[in-house]
Amino acid sequence: MIETRKPKLELLAPALVEQIVDEGLTLLERHGVLVENAEAAGLLAEAGAAVDRASGQVRIGRKLVRDCLATTPSHVTLYDRTGGRSFEVGGDEVHFDPGSAAVTMLDHTTQSERKATTGDLVAFYKLVETLEHLHFQSTGLIASDVPSPVADCFRLYAGLCLSEKPFVTGTFRVEGFRPMRDLLAAVRGGESELKSKPLAIFDACPSPPLKWSHLTAQSLIDAARAGIPSELISMGMTGATSPITIAGTLVQHVAENLAGLVICQLASPGSPVIFGGSPSSFDMRKGTTPMGAIETMMIDAGYAQIGKHLKLPTHAYMALSDAKVNDPQAGFETALGAVLAALAGVNVVSGPGMLDFESCQSLEKLVIDDGICAMVYRLLEGIAQRDDPVALGTFEGFVPGMSFLTHPHTRRWYRTEHIPAGLVDRDPFEAWVAAGRTSIVDKAHTDVARRLAAYAAPPLRVEVRKELDRIMASYGRASGAGLGPSTEF
Amino acid sequence: MTKNEIFPKMSEAIVAGDRDAARSLAEDAVRSGLDLLEVIEQGYLPGIQKVGDLWERGEYFLPELISSAEAMKAAMAVLDPELNRKGVGTRMSGKVVIGTIEGDIHDIGKNLVASMLQAGGFEVFDLGADVKLDRFIDKAEEVGAGMICLSALLTTTMMNQRRFITLLRDRGLRDKYKVLVGGAPASRKWAEEIGADGYAENAVAAVKLARSLAGRP
Repeated sequence: MIETRKPKLELLAPALVEQIVDEGLTLLERHGVLVENAEAAGLLAEAGAAVDRASGQVRIGRKLVRDCLATTPSHVTLYDRTGGRSFEVGGDEVHFDPGSAAVTMLDHTTQSERKATTGDLVAFYKLVETLEHLHFQSTGLIASDVPSPVADCFRLYAGLCLSEKPFVTGTFRVEGFRPMRDLLAAVRGGESELKSKPLAIFDACPSPPLKWSHLTAQSLIDAARAGIPSELISMGMTGATSPITIAGTLVQHVAENLAGLVICQLASPGSPVIFGGSPSSFDMRKGTTPMGAIETMMIDAGYAQIGKHLKLPTHAYMALSDAKVNDPQAGFETALGAVLAALAGVNVVSGPGMLDFESCQSLEKLVIDDGICAMVYRLLEGIAQRDDPVALGTFEGFVPGMSFLTHPHTRRWYRTEHIPAGLVDRDPFEAWVAAGRTSIVDKAHTDVARRLAAYAAPPLRVEVRKELDRIMASYGRASGAGLGPSTEF
Repeated sequence: MTKNEIFPKMSEAIVAGDRDAARSLAEDAVRSGLDLLEVIEQGYLPGIQKVGDLWERGEYFLPELISSAEAMKAAMAVLDPELNRKGVGTRMSGKVVIGTIEGDIHDIGKNLVASMLQAGGFEVFDLGADVKLDRFIDKAEEVGAGMICLSALLTTTMMNQRRFITLLRDRGLRDKYKVLVGGAPASRKWAEEIGADGYAENAVAAVKLARSLAGRP
């Protein structure tokens, strides 16, 4: 059998990849990055970087960067809550997770946005648990009824109670790291068990241009020491906080992310790092950051290619939309992004469910987007030979006008070769009318209810659940926040 | 150069966003002893107005807006000291305190409004981002401002705009200042709800609104 080719997209000429990386390294040497974290600056100084203590500006030599790249793993394995199922984050493996972190939900009945609550967070986790093509969860909502000092920890706590999937998450406060790590370690049964079987990725964003803040640099250090993969999320906005050209923004992206990678390796050599991002085109009329712009997706595909050149796992914010409702724009922006991300081989794609410039989540959209992901996974499987010879055997006994419907070959292969339609409308016109002219959004709404009703909490050992409760309650007390609503899940 | 020759060039320099030309024409005007208030009103301001029109027609975008505002600033940097020296006082439509509200670090839009207000004839005190509510008031009191402009990009920090109005009231200062609110989550409805004096959705509209509230055309 001839090996099936995996579809692949590479936008950058190899020579341009090299030049962009080279300029990124030059930026780090010539201008450096502002590091607003004394511990990180100290690590960098010890390693020979030129640190200006007064200003916090750190210039990093390319040899240090290359040495750190050499100790960074080229792939990361995530495990589910049971520890039994693993997911390769590396090569061209693609995993989708819901876009994070939204502050509002799109209410299907009113078709408008409202503040997200703990109830929404619970429904969100339950729904995503049932969505086959979203391999990871994310702590994708900020519940407005949870006191802000514990917001980051609480959403992870709720998620770990309700879901078995690995999590993409992150800290809002430096103090949040310890209890969040403790939650993860409690699930695994210990800190070293957590290191050998990572359950979560922690996102950290540099501040464009060329700065790592106190909070985000601390997240890098803390996560590295705990063996938790850090997902570096450079997020330049072209012509506003990064150069206007796509190639120019890629240079800044490389510099910002590599500075973060160096901090991770200095904190703990060999710590897992994911070369990620959420950059965007900047709309010169509205002053907004369209995640659905084609240029945004091109920047993402570009830096993913660069990340692979650097032998790193990759991530991007793609498969999402800036639309405010589930309309055609929501459909095409998300689908374009999902396909481009998959063809570019982005390992972690954060986006499904998301609307309105990364601020809103929609349960209906999550279901629709899961269907988009299904199509994308089929695309990634490529065109397989299947048979040898490919078709000559099928034509044996050919008579003009033969139908393939009854052919054993058809019965043998149809379920493998073609995915189910899902919610996509394939009715003939009259049937569609007779069924009530239902849109895919309305079908998705019905499907949300069906899935939530069918959700069954994956089993969690009682003592683990008790430990999670204890950690959350203790942090709630220690932070003086008290705890939000009842933890009825 | 006569007024009829130099005024159009000043306007063109603004429309082109040419900082150097704007500055050197201002220097020429000073050297030639022209009436500087006329220079501003008939030379430079028409350029800013043209820029506003081009924005409204969808032909000019943020990069043009910002460089035109910068060109205006460059001209004013030459003219303002001269006006002060002559005791004419600035042509100012008034003093404005502006900043991005407490808890919020987004400032691109606010910076643009500040530049355009300055270009549009206001004396602007830009307090930056993450500005505590008290600081807006302290600065406004200190400089005798007439207007306070609050920017917020997040629905969470936008709440501080409401708190600010309450704070002004508690201090018995509500009627002393016009309060304008802006930023992506804000709206006319929001401004009415919290009792602000106005809302503008972009920098060009902000200048128009500020001018009308200051009683200028």
